[in-house]
Amino acid sequence: MPIVKVDGVEIEVPAGATVLQACELAGKEIPRFCYHERLSIAGNCRMCLVEVKPGPPKPQASCALPAADKQEIFTNSPMVKNAREGVMEFLLINHPLDCPICDQGGECDLQDQSVAYGRGTSRYDENKRAVTEKYMGPIVKTVMTRCIQCTRCIRFAEEVAGVEEIGAIGRGENMQIVSYLEHAVTSELSGNVVDLCPVGALTSKPYAFEARPWELKKTLTIDVMDAVGTNIRLDSRGRQVLRALPRINEDVNEEWASDKTRHAVDGLVRRRLDKPYIRKDGRLTEASWDAAFLAISQVDAGASVAAVAGDLVDCETMYATKALLGSFGSTLLEGRQTGMDYDTSSLAAVNFNTTIAGTEKADVILIVGSNVRWEAPLVNTRIRKAIKKGAKVFAIGPETELTYKVEWLGADLGVLGALPEAVTEAFAKAERPMVIVGGAGLKVLGAALALVPSLGLLKDAASTGSGQGWNGFNVLHMAASRMGGLMLGYAQKGGIADLVAAKPKLAFFLGADEVDFGAFADTFKVYIGHHGDKGAAAADVVLPAASYAEKSGTYVNLEGRVQRGERAVFPPGDAREDWTILRALSGVLGKTLPFDTIEELRAAMAVDTPALGTLGLATFDWAPPALDAAAAGEIAGYPIKDFYLTNAICRASPTMQRCSAELVHGQEFAEAAE
Amino acid sequence: MLADKDRIFTNVYGFQPWTLDAAIMRGDWDDTKGLMARGQDALIDAVKASGLRGRGGAGFPTGTKWSFMPKEPKADRPNFLVINADESEPGSCKDREIIRHDPHKLIEGALIAGYAMRARAAYIYIRGEYIREAEVLFAAVAEAYAKGLIGRNASGSGYDFDVFVHRGAGAYICGEETAMLESLEGKKGQPRLKPPFPAGAGLYGCPTTVNNVESIAVVPTILRRSPEWFASFGAENNRGTKLFQISGHVNKPCVVEEAMSITFRELIETHCGGIRGGWDNLLAVIPGGSSVPLVPAAEIMDCPMDFDGLKKVGSGLGTAAVIVMDKSTDIVRAISRLSYFYKHESCGQCTPCREGTGWMWRVMERMRTGDADISEIDTLYQVTKQVEGHTICALGDAAAWPIQGLIKHFRPEMERRITEKRGGGLSPMMEAAE
Repeated sequence: MPIVKVDGVEIEVPAGATVLQACELAGKEIPRFCYHERLSIAGNCRMCLVEVKPGPPKPQASCALPAADKQEIFTNSPMVKNAREGVMEFLLINHPLDCPICDQGGECDLQDQSVAYGRGTSRYDENKRAVTEKYMGPIVKTVMTRCIQCTRCIRFAEEVAGVEEIGAIGRGENMQIVSYLEHAVTSELSGNVVDLCPVGALTSKPYAFEARPWELKKTLTIDVMDAVGTNIRLDSRGRQVLRALPRINEDVNEEWASDKTRHAVDGLVRRRLDKPYIRKDGRLTEASWDAAFLAISQVDAGASVAAVAGDLVDCETMYATKALLGSFGSTLLEGRQTGMDYDTSSLAAVNFNTTIAGTEKADVILIVGSNVRWEAPLVNTRIRKAIKKGAKVFAIGPETELTYKVEWLGADLGVLGALPEAVTEAFAKAERPMVIVGGAGLKVLGAALALVPSLGLLKDAASTGSGQGWNGFNVLHMAASRMGGLMLGYAQKGGIADLVAAKPKLAFFLGADEVDFGAFADTFKVYIGHHGDKGAAAADVVLPAASYAEKSGTYVNLEGRVQRGERAVFPPGDAREDWTILRALSGVLGKTLPFDTIEELRAAMAVDTPALGTLGLATFDWAPPALDAAAAGEIAGYPIKDFYLTNAICRASPTMQRCSAELVHGQEFAEAAE
Repeated sequence: MLADKDRIFTNVYGFQPWTLDAAIMRGDWDDTKGLMARGQDALIDAVKASGLRGRGGAGFPTGTKWSFMPKEPKADRPNFLVINADESEPGSCKDREIIRHDPHKLIEGALIAGYAMRARAAYIYIRGEYIREAEVLFAAVAEAYAKGLIGRNASGSGYDFDVFVHRGAGAYICGEETAMLESLEGKKGQPRLKPPFPAGAGLYGCPTTVNNVESIAVVPTILRRSPEWFASFGAENNRGTKLFQISGHVNKPCVVEEAMSITFRELIETHCGGIRGGWDNLLAVIPGGSSVPLVPAAEIMDCPMDFDGLKKVGSGLGTAAVIVMDKSTDIVRAISRLSYFYKHESCGQCTPCREGTGWMWRVMERMRTGDADISEIDTLYQVTKQVEGHTICALGDAAAWPIQGLIKHFRPEMERRITEKRGGGLSPMMEAAE
């Protein structure tokens, strides 16, 4: 490992580190615009120049220069100071300096670095350059005059998102960043370029002119739009969540978030249930909490009570419901609203065992019935990373664009029983093989599990050489509540059909909107949720509850990672946090639940399901059930038909509706000139 | 004066056809197999011994450059030779004459150089505007293929070697070696960061050497006539003959092959019929293409035209494109025009060049009309210093140097314009009314 001297201090750096990384290790701040840890090195902003000896008698771009043994690096010599001031001056001569009307103000790299490293005045008296606006779709607002051509967005689109739709045209002063033919960028990760942009050239369109960063209350929480469990920060002002930004978590989302995660939040203030409703003469009419509880207590259900958990609910809500039903002697709990009935006797067999971060290390991947790009965009980026390191990907299902090269094996699931030689050969040679079973593949879970021995998906610590074993069997869930629900027992042997067959007299629908409510025609339906969607429309009593932004909740992501989010804002109107509703209702029903605070609830939940009591990756013992390994049938389509409209919050969100119309259904939107 | 018998480019004026038959009559492709049979290391040593320095401008020793290439290329990472025919430097026009009148010298040189550096193929990247030249080159390569001189078992040597001609699209920056590689790969022509250098990872990530047309075209003759013969011309460390391209205010502008280290005066008197209006009328000379600083008349007159001699007067040999300016020249306007060129041709990748070239040109335009302040001359100088040495490639330096040369030598002229514009003397003091 090379030993370098940074400003006179000797420091040992890892082999292959750059000079910039060496300086950071030594605690020196190096200003930069184009350099980003997760993107390739461009070296074009020239802001990170440092003086290096031995070397040519001019400053060097530290981001691109490998640190070598016995190097002497100076980060504060006059040469470096002059270079930084010079580059800063150049960056600003054609920058409009319109900070007062720029959304980046307050969180702008250019602002911060010009204060720290700039000269204070400009000597430039000529006219400034202006650049015509560009169109990048419904998520990204462009003010290209502010662009400093760092090319981070280009590199992100190409390297991480996998869509080569942003590029630079023109040269010299006239170089401009554009999207391909000025169409919307068709990536479900496009919002990340807003975070990457070090200036105000690319800002968030839905968030335009909403707030300044210093006005916002920042709450750390967990996203529920998919099962990845993206770590996010909700920025709110007063009672409204204004934006969602990703937090860094190397194990889960690195520092990315999908567009749905970021921009569904404007659905939190629309179509909200803010009062209890009771169905009278076929119409839902407003009621008081007491009246609503009374109406429920008048149903003489006995033990004939069931509960269906929706995709967005937290473990606390599910546990409180489970406890309430338990007090009536019922275990009719189900979370798989759309009728899936895969075996859940072993949670390891329906878990993403390789882990999200582990996916990067895979060398052969077989995807069974999953449009990973839509079901878990941030797992898709990990697969892209694996491919960059040389992994090979096969997939079973209808062909779709996954942003990387896939060898499609057809849509017939029968191929699982007789995989082509190319596949078996690749798996035989693989050290870290992976099978990912998605929503459309779960109906043949048995056949997929049969691949574990036949393709050798389990490797012991000795053969991986990493000191850790390898489990290459993965199930990709799509609902944030799924793993938590399965852990809490929200699964019947026959799926939701068992609930229908039991003909319950009373059923609780916890934010469940995707259920076929016609099958519950004779049931008294209580909807506890936050949006006036299908579930509320079909209910006999509607109890307004809190969305994920309005309650502290525990969520388990698809790899079994237990994470907890905090409350950013209060629920609107009369709406209450879900568990408090259930607690209050239990009193009216004469079966008072034994917890008065969320801490007591969590303690009780941890007794019931110990894994939910500790944050972090839960471990499930590998004991796959013996299932029928026969596989047949065609995959007609993937479960997600429209990425942008998968749940009640998205459907209420104007941004998501616009994305759906424009990016999925190809509708054209004219933009008014400003 | 260089004797006719010592000229390498015997058809530089196109008095004879360029075709293969005529080229063979002139001695090209003569026992190429025998030359190659000397062995790869012997060829590189011979080029080293000849003292040939790169003719593209930087003057890096050619033989040494070749020796950086891997001696045993891997099967999946072959070596490549890329020949830079993207001659776009204002004032330069030597590669054009070689390609249109003597293309076989280049193709034979490509084979020998490629063989010496164990290259699998040569890519000749020709400037987009050279339409007729590209036609000749395509035809000449086809002729050589038809005769089996290149291709499989090239010239009967048992070595397989391909030559591909690729036309550029008219960007000056694609003459920078790594931008050329990007352009060849089909990407936007922008210079790459170094390291890695092309000899380690160049075209398609394979070891690559980029050489100028003239550097390659002289190689067969050097090998035939011996390195010692080539080294007998020019001063120490500046050996050989060179194509000089004299343009501007001389009586007979021309491209001519001369020995290195010839003095400027002799070069002009012998080949160009003297300076227009006599030697007293000489104002300044840009001796090596637009990128090098100008040299005022007094300093250039008896200066040897070679790398070291011109370095001593604060300039450089560059491509030996000698731009002569007499006293009728508006020198500020001339340099301002060059600034416009660099502003127009900056690729826009890195900040100092993208923003600085435009700034420098705008200030230069005001300097031309005198519509500036005297203190702005110093600002301009500082801006050139802020660009120089801070960029990825040398275009930033090339844009800065002409202006630095102008300020160094013609500052009084610039100040005169500014003062005259103000009506002579200082601007009137404004007095507040009482």
